[in-house]
Amino acid sequence: MWFFKCPEFFFGEDALSQLEMLPGKRAFIVTDANIAKLGFPDLVQNALASANIDSQIFAEVEPDPSLQTVQRGAEAMLSYEPDWIIGLGGGSSMDAAKAMWILYERPDIEPESISPMEDLGLRQKARLICIPTTAGTGSESNYGIVLTDTAEKRKLTLGSREATPDIAIVDPVFTKNLPAFITADTGIDVLSHAIEAYSCGWANDFTDGLCLQAARMVFTYLPRAVADGPNDEEAREKMANAASIAGITLGNSQVALAHALGHSAGALFKTIPHGRITAIFLPYTIEFVANGGVGRYADLAAMVGQAADDEMAAAQNLANATRNLIQQLNLPTSLQAAGISAADLEEHLETLIEHVMIDTNTLMSRRIPEFDEIEKLFQYAFDGRSVDF
Amino acid sequence: MGIQFGTDEWVKAVMAALNESPGYAEAAKNWEGDFYFVIDEGPSVPETIYLYMDLWHGQCRDAFKVEDYSQKSPVFELSAPLKVWRGVLEKKIDPIQGLVTRRLKLKGPMMKVMKAPKAAIELVEACAQLDTAWPEA
Repeated sequence: MWFFKCPEFFFGEDALSQLEMLPGKRAFIVTDANIAKLGFPDLVQNALASANIDSQIFAEVEPDPSLQTVQRGAEAMLSYEPDWIIGLGGGSSMDAAKAMWILYERPDIEPESISPMEDLGLRQKARLICIPTTAGTGSESNYGIVLTDTAEKRKLTLGSREATPDIAIVDPVFTKNLPAFITADTGIDVLSHAIEAYSCGWANDFTDGLCLQAARMVFTYLPRAVADGPNDEEAREKMANAASIAGITLGNSQVALAHALGHSAGALFKTIPHGRITAIFLPYTIEFVANGGVGRYADLAAMVGQAADDEMAAAQNLANATRNLIQQLNLPTSLQAAGISAADLEEHLETLIEHVMIDTNTLMSRRIPEFDEIEKLFQYAFDGRSVDF
Repeated sequence: MGIQFGTDEWVKAVMAALNESPGYAEAAKNWEGDFYFVIDEGPSVPETIYLYMDLWHGQCRDAFKVEDYSQKSPVFELSAPLKVWRGVLEKKIDPIQGLVTRRLKLKGPMMKVMKAPKAAIELVEACAQLDTAWPEA
C-alpha cells in the first residue's frame, strides 16, 4: 500500500491571478530579502488586495533556513493570525513557510519531530499556498521540508503529508529574469529529482511517468533557459512546469543517494548551492547503483535520447549525458571543481560520511552503501573519477 | 521447524541475532531506547502480545515476552497486526513505508527515530534472517 498526494496546481502565464479569487481575510507571506527586493511580494500583495485579503510579509528566510528562523516566523504568524500562509521564493522560503505554518497550528510540537508518522491536525487556522520563484526545488508540489540544524551543521529532512500545500501557483513571470547561474543551479536539481525518484526503491506506477517527462524536459529546455532565459519564454515556462512535475514525485516516490550525499556536503560547504552539490553526485551515484546490478535507468536513458541495449550500458549513457549536461551549463562535475579543497574534504570526511549514514534518503537507494563505500563515493566525486565499484 | 513468532524464544533469538550483527551494531551505535513490539489482537492472535527489547548503543541488552503490560515502561511502542509484521519481516513491506502509512504505529519521541532510519532497517534485516514459524492466519 502506498499513496499519491499533490496540491491543486495553477500553472502558466498569469497563473498568479488565481489569488484574486481567493476567499479569506489575512495572508502571511514568507519570503527572503532578495525576493522582496525584486518586488515579487508586491505582485502577490496586489493580487490579494483584489480579493480583499490583507497581508503581511516576513522576508527573513535565509538560504538553508534554520530552526530559529522557523520559530521566529511562527511567532509572527501567531501574532498576525492569518488564514492563508504563502511561501514565496525558492525551496528555502517554501520549506520555511511549511514549517512555520505547522508551528503556527501546533505551537506545542518541536520542528524536529515533524514526521509523516504523526497526526498534526493542520488547517484549523490556515491553509498553505506555495509560489516558486525558481524552477528547481519543487517544494511547492510536496510535503518535504528541509531545515538546517545550525548547532549540528546538519540538514534535517522532515515532512508530513498534511504539509502538502493546498495550492501551488507556477507562474513563469517569477523565473523570467533569473540570472543564468541560478537558472542552472536550480534547474539541474529538477534532473536530480526526476532521476532519483524514478530509480529509487520507492518508485511506483503513479510517479514513473512524471519522472520520465520531467527528465526529458530538463534535457530539452534547461540549456535554452540558461542560454537565453529572458527571451525564451517557452523554455522558462517548460522548466517551471518540469520543476513542479518532478517535485510531485518527491513525496510520492523519494530521492536517494545523490541527495543524501548532497545534503551532507551542502550542510558543511554552505557556499555551494543545493542543486549544484546534489547534481555533482548524481552521475557517480547512477554508476554506483548500476554497478550493484540493481539499476533502473534504461527507460530514463531512452527518454533523454541515450537508449542502450542493456541496463548497464543505459546507466553509463545516462551518467555521461548527465555529466555533459552539467558541463554545458557551466557547472562543476567534481567536488574539486566546485571549490572544495583536499584538506577540507579530509578534515570533514568522517562527519560527511556519518551524516550520509543517518540520512533517510540513503535508505531509498536501490543499493545502500556501507561506510567505506560512502567514503569512496566522496573521494571519486572529489577527483571526478567514474565509479568502478 | 522455525521458531514461533511472538514467543519469548523468538524475541530472544532476535536479541542473539542483533548482537551478532555488525551492521546493526554500526547503524545503532548511538541508539538509546527500549521498545515494546506489539502484535495486535486479531486472527490467530487471541490476545495482544508484547515483546520487550532493551536496545542500547548497537546491542540488545535484554529481550523477553511480557506477561503484564505494566511490567515495563519503554520509551517506544511499535504496534501492528500480525499480517503487517509478517509483511515487514518477509520484506514485502518496507518498514519506513509502513510507518509513513501508519500500518506500523509508533509511540515515542519521533525525532529520535528520524535520526536512526538505518538502525530500523538493520533490525529488520536481523529478524528476517531468523527461521520464523508463523501462526496460521
